[in-house]
Amino acid sequence: MATVKFDEATRIYPGSDEPAVNKLNIDVADGEFLVLVGPSGCGKSTSLRMLAGLEEVNAGKIWIGDRDVTDLSPKDRDVAMVFQNYALYPHMSVADNMGFALKIAGVDKSEIRKRVEEAANILDLTEYLERKPKALSGGQRQRVAMGRAIVRSPQVFLMDEPLSNLDAKLRVQTRTQIASLQRRLGVTTVYVTHDQVEAMTMGDRIALLKDGLLQQCATPREMYDRPANLFVAGFIGSPAMNLVAVPAGPDGAKFGTHNVPLPREHAGSGGSHVVVGVRPEDVEVTTNPDGLELTVDVIEELGADAYVYGTPADANIVLEGGDDNLAKPFIARVDGRNVPKKGSNIFVYPKGEHLHVFDRETGLRL
Amino acid sequence: MALELTAARHDPALLDLPWRTPLEEWPEEILAALPRGISRHVVRFVRLSGGVLAVKEIKDDIARREYDMLRNLARLHLPAVEAFAVVSGRVDKDGEPLDACLVTRHLQFSLPYRALYSQSLRKGTATRLIDALAVLLVRLHLTGFWWGDVSLSNTLFRRDAGAFSAYLVDAETGELRDRLSRGQREHDLEIARVNIAGELMDLDAGGLLQEERDPVEVSERILTRYHDLWGALTSEEVVDDSERWRVDDRIRRLNKLGFDVDELEITTDIDGTSIRLQPKVVDAGHHSRRLLRLTGLDVRENQARRLLNDLEVFSASTGRQGEDEEIVAHDWLANVYEPVVRGVPRALVAKLEPAEVFHEVLEHRWYLAERAQHDIPITEALEDYIENVLPSKPDERAVVGVDTEELPVLADEGRR
Ligand SMILES: Nc1ncnc2c1ncn2[C@@H]1O[C@H](COP(=O)(O)OP(=O)(O)OP(=O)(O)O)[C@@H](O)[C@H]1O
Ligand SMILES: Nc1ncnc2c1ncn2[C@@H]1O[C@H](COP(=O)(O)OP(=O)(O)OP(=O)(O)O)[C@@H](O)[C@H]1O
Ligand SMILES: [Mg+2]
Ligand SMILES: [Mg+2]
Repeated sequence: MATVKFDEATRIYPGSDEPAVNKLNIDVADGEFLVLVGPSGCGKSTSLRMLAGLEEVNAGKIWIGDRDVTDLSPKDRDVAMVFQNYALYPHMSVADNMGFALKIAGVDKSEIRKRVEEAANILDLTEYLERKPKALSGGQRQRVAMGRAIVRSPQVFLMDEPLSNLDAKLRVQTRTQIASLQRRLGVTTVYVTHDQVEAMTMGDRIALLKDGLLQQCATPREMYDRPANLFVAGFIGSPAMNLVAVPAGPDGAKFGTHNVPLPREHAGSGGSHVVVGVRPEDVEVTTNPDGLELTVDVIEELGADAYVYGTPADANIVLEGGDDNLAKPFIARVDGRNVPKKGSNIFVYPKGEHLHVFDRETGLRL
Repeated sequence: MALELTAARHDPALLDLPWRTPLEEWPEEILAALPRGISRHVVRFVRLSGGVLAVKEIKDDIARREYDMLRNLARLHLPAVEAFAVVSGRVDKDGEPLDACLVTRHLQFSLPYRALYSQSLRKGTATRLIDALAVLLVRLHLTGFWWGDVSLSNTLFRRDAGAFSAYLVDAETGELRDRLSRGQREHDLEIARVNIAGELMDLDAGGLLQEERDPVEVSERILTRYHDLWGALTSEEVVDDSERWRVDDRIRRLNKLGFDVDELEITTDIDGTSIRLQPKVVDAGHHSRRLLRLTGLDVRENQARRLLNDLEVFSASTGRQGEDEEIVAHDWLANVYEPVVRGVPRALVAKLEPAEVFHEVLEHRWYLAERAQHDIPITEALEDYIENVLPSKPDERAVVGVDTEELPVLADEGRR
């Protein structure tokens, strides 16, 4: 077991001016499940590979436990890169499929048997140990492949999008399995995904990267409730948080006709703007002229609930985070039995305490 | 959603394949029963417009990535299967989406290692396969290709004058870099070793391994072969300034290994007493390029080596060593090589490739001569070979009827 520490870890690829990973600082606790998440090209894989010893660290250090591993070869780090492409061998028993890599490593027979049995127990494969992989279901085969990594009992597991080539159903199943398995094993794990839902459901903590820079590292709850900046606010949560730039006056921010109280030090004297963030489930919807006026474009029925997609009636108000040609709709979750009509106008404002305010210039949470 | 086709060259017949049916259920009539390596995805071979294509059902984005990667490898002249098309936007009869398909050309006369093991084997086959894979891996690494999933299953083998040459078949996990770090190369090697050991243990468990040697021990050979070759190709050498002939020596040694040196970095030390040399750009296929230039024959490296040797013997025995090489080569082609190759009856041409037949006939002549204790003319050796050896060989243009296993881990719990 071990902790992992990225200490100002930096990677600049040859021929590139911008670091792919820029002074990354993360402390992973012993036994923790840390998820690295972010959009394509943000530096997730590079970070993981620096930890694995597969990518050079140009500045800073990497620690595993109290060992500085920055310059150690992959083999000497006692980490296991859990590989999504493990083959299963048709003539070999499930037990041999799980244990054969230990044989190569020179581990003795009784020890191999012991570790295979332990892994099988955790993976619910005990009764299949003497069978051939052909007799297993797809999900069980997937677990045998996991067993191959578990029996190595490394200090740290590293996984880079291990579910990317599974079909949607098996993906959800395996996601849950990996997470619960990791908890039972208690092995420190660093896991890479581009999928925020996967990150939110699996991680003890999430590290969100953008352009090689760490945006926030926190528990899923904290990321959701207190996003550190506009980028985190827009990335975490589905559907995404509504982010609206509004004028900040002395009494607070003007969310349409609704006054959103601001901390005294952020209240503007007029002319300045802040970005108010509100998640779809935290939106109060009313037909009274209170708040931001929207025209309802689409209703998405989900049974108990419904999502209302609307456009601000005031064309000057544009939601942040939309792409250039496509205005981002404002989304509100409402009671499924009480939905406004398509084409009608409604008013929305943030419910009580569930409010996020960001500096429009720096993007930072206020 | 409409069927979407990405292909370098458009073949309308491709659209006639039953894309609305899951690949697993394609009708027998259109399939070619060729052997495959172990794989997690469903792979089938189909006959189309006179050739055979390999079709792999795989997620759309991965199919495209692999297609692009195979095209890149082709552009870099690396030995790999040839990408043919990606078919996406598939739906089944009920309108449910199906995975995309990556289509590659079936590599003619290629043998998956499992097919080789179902034939009766010459001793040492495993080590010869590993040697070929080591050469492939070194070539890929020199070019900056980081494979990520090196295994016997992901490699195809072609006979090469008694040895084998290796081709990459599965580029799913590959990445192209400017250069690879030591850690990256070692990572590939470690994966190779574990996979090879696993694959040999599997053959052993299936009673297919005829050799007694321990799979773990055999698998270690990939490490030594790789490191030896990598060292020979890339290491820096320091020689005394008075020994400049060593530069030529280095080039010759590399040629012997089958590599050409396209760029050699030579730096003289400050005091001017010694020079350092390090090959910068090396290119495999030294002998096959030379043979191609002399004769127009396009064959593999060891075959070329063999043919060039025979050409040398021809030129010595006809007393023409001083003559223009290309003219002698032309005569050798017309009077020695072609008669042998054309002497193979039509019914037997699918057994082995021409250059491999030529190699075997030379071997056979040597064997006959040793038995008879005198020289045997090649025409006589050919007759005997056609009568007594070739007919009993399997057809290898497209080897048929070997069991292959597919172990998809992608299937639903319920579906198997
Ligand atoms: N070998 C390389 N040479 C040069 N640049 C690279 C190399 N590998 C990655 N990069 C660049 O470094 C940045 C980070 O890449 P990285 O693969 O770590 O991102 P990622 O978050 O894992 O993305 P994805 O989700 O697409 O895999 C990107 O801009 C990428 O283009
Ligand atoms: N173009 C081709 N020519 C000849 N054989 C081929 C070709 N393409 C695929 N094969 C055969 O099909 C097998 C499986 O293909 P491939 O390795 O691409 O599948 P995969 O499911 O991606 O494998 P893995 O489980 O290693 O990821 C190969 O081992 C090879 O024997
Ligand atoms: Mg494969
Ligand atoms: Mg593959």
